[in-house]
Amino acid sequence: MTGVTGPTGAREAVTRAHHEEWARVVATLTKRFGDLDIAEEAAAEAFAAAVEHWPAEGVPPNPGGWLTTTAHRKAIDRVRRENKRDDKHQEARLLSDDEAPEPVGAIEDDRLRLFFICCHPALAPETRVALTLRMVGGLTVPEIARAFFVQETAMGQRITRAKAKIKAARIPFRVPDAQDLPARVSGVLAVLFLVFNEGYLATGPDSDPVRQDLTAEAIRLARLIRTLLPRDGEAAGLLALMLLIEARRTARVAAGELVALDEQDRGAWDPDLIAEGHRLVRERLATGQAPGRYQVLAAINAVHTSARDYRDTDWTQIVALYDQLVRLDSSPVVALNRAIAVAELDGPEVALAAVDGLADRLDGYHAHHAARADLLRRLGRSGESRAAYDRAIELAGNTAEVAYLTRRRDQLA
Amino acid sequence: MQYLFSVIAEGPAQATEEEQAAVDGFNDRLIAEGYWVFGGGLGETVSATVIDNRGAGEPIFSDGPYVESKEYLAGFWVIEAADLDVALRLAAEASQACNRKVEVRPFLQPE
Repeated sequence: MTGVTGPTGAREAVTRAHHEEWARVVATLTKRFGDLDIAEEAAAEAFAAAVEHWPAEGVPPNPGGWLTTTAHRKAIDRVRRENKRDDKHQEARLLSDDEAPEPVGAIEDDRLRLFFICCHPALAPETRVALTLRMVGGLTVPEIARAFFVQETAMGQRITRAKAKIKAARIPFRVPDAQDLPARVSGVLAVLFLVFNEGYLATGPDSDPVRQDLTAEAIRLARLIRTLLPRDGEAAGLLALMLLIEARRTARVAAGELVALDEQDRGAWDPDLIAEGHRLVRERLATGQAPGRYQVLAAINAVHTSARDYRDTDWTQIVALYDQLVRLDSSPVVALNRAIAVAELDGPEVALAAVDGLADRLDGYHAHHAARADLLRRLGRSGESRAAYDRAIELAGNTAEVAYLTRRRDQLA
Repeated sequence: MQYLFSVIAEGPAQATEEEQAAVDGFNDRLIAEGYWVFGGGLGETVSATVIDNRGAGEPIFSDGPYVESKEYLAGFWVIEAADLDVALRLAAEASQACNRKVEVRPFLQPE
């Protein structure tokens, strides 16, 4: 095989295998050895071995199988090493490990188990995010630390502590019982949405306004969970939602400034992502099942991405979908977004009354003041609008959003 | 695998009649379904005595709990469960029955 792929081809093959096989290798080993730590370490060693061997010896015909077998051997080496310290428990564990590894493909469910263990409710939300990115996504600890502006050592400790708790408290590596399943699936989806949102609306003055590495990773994981839970409407809804938002990514920021929906160049939207997102939304509608919040949010984004320009938007449909969303999610942020849509249907005065009604609950939220500022501007109340922009700018954490709000404020008469 | 369920109380230690009835019902279920190891309510913190016999001299007895706090341990269960998912589900029922917060902690496993 040497010479067929060459060193460059081999490096690409390792990268591709890392994307496609990492979660499977970790999941297979976790199941086999009952230990996330052993699985993670052995998987990392197997990929390091691939980096070393594939360029010189050629890419094996079944990279996933090669990696699983190699990782399996590394894990047994480690267990044997620990075993020398006279450990009957390890001995017993090793006995069952002499059988050949299961063939790749028969073990799809193990990756689902991996999602559930990483997103377990007994772990803190930020720990769930870190553990999922490490164990399922295959990101390194320094990469995760950078993504969340945390010191590398602190991130390493967070992951180590989580693995220790999983082991000590026996958090199980299995698909939850039927009675726990819906809540646990939403827990997993919430983690993926958190990763996506951090990429999409990055906060912090030193952060890029949009971080494509994080949105891309979230979409990759959402595709995986959709494959693993093909009948789950919310998994499909979340993927559709991410795709329809991601489709507008390049049009959403220009020269470091956020571009509002009404000013975006719709020709720059990604037609493939939109087509895929619309297909998923139609698929869910066709089931006739009552949608959850991700599906309704995806449907709202499908209506937006169906309009040739802002004025063509079907606002009746958008407001109807927001009405549906309000019934599923009583958060004031949903009510705020509904009010913004109402402005297009019933005018800014009606919308402003609704926005003002949320003031006590959303006073610390920049988008509330940005929405007020825009409605006041449309009503010709420049002085009040300026004050609202000032407050929004003060509260906004995203650099592109601050730039946009500042320009809108400075354009006031 | 065994787990300790600590009942964390604030305010009165004494369970109301209603709470006691709910706890009794929950205990019966734990026993019937094989989860029960041990459990019980504790006397008020003022009844505690702390003993320190680490030194060379006589043991030292101190009146009262080892730490004064608003929240205190009012009782506990030791239960046997296959894993944390089972333990958490039981703990959710325990918290509802005794109408207090419950902390779940695993016992150390022999390596």
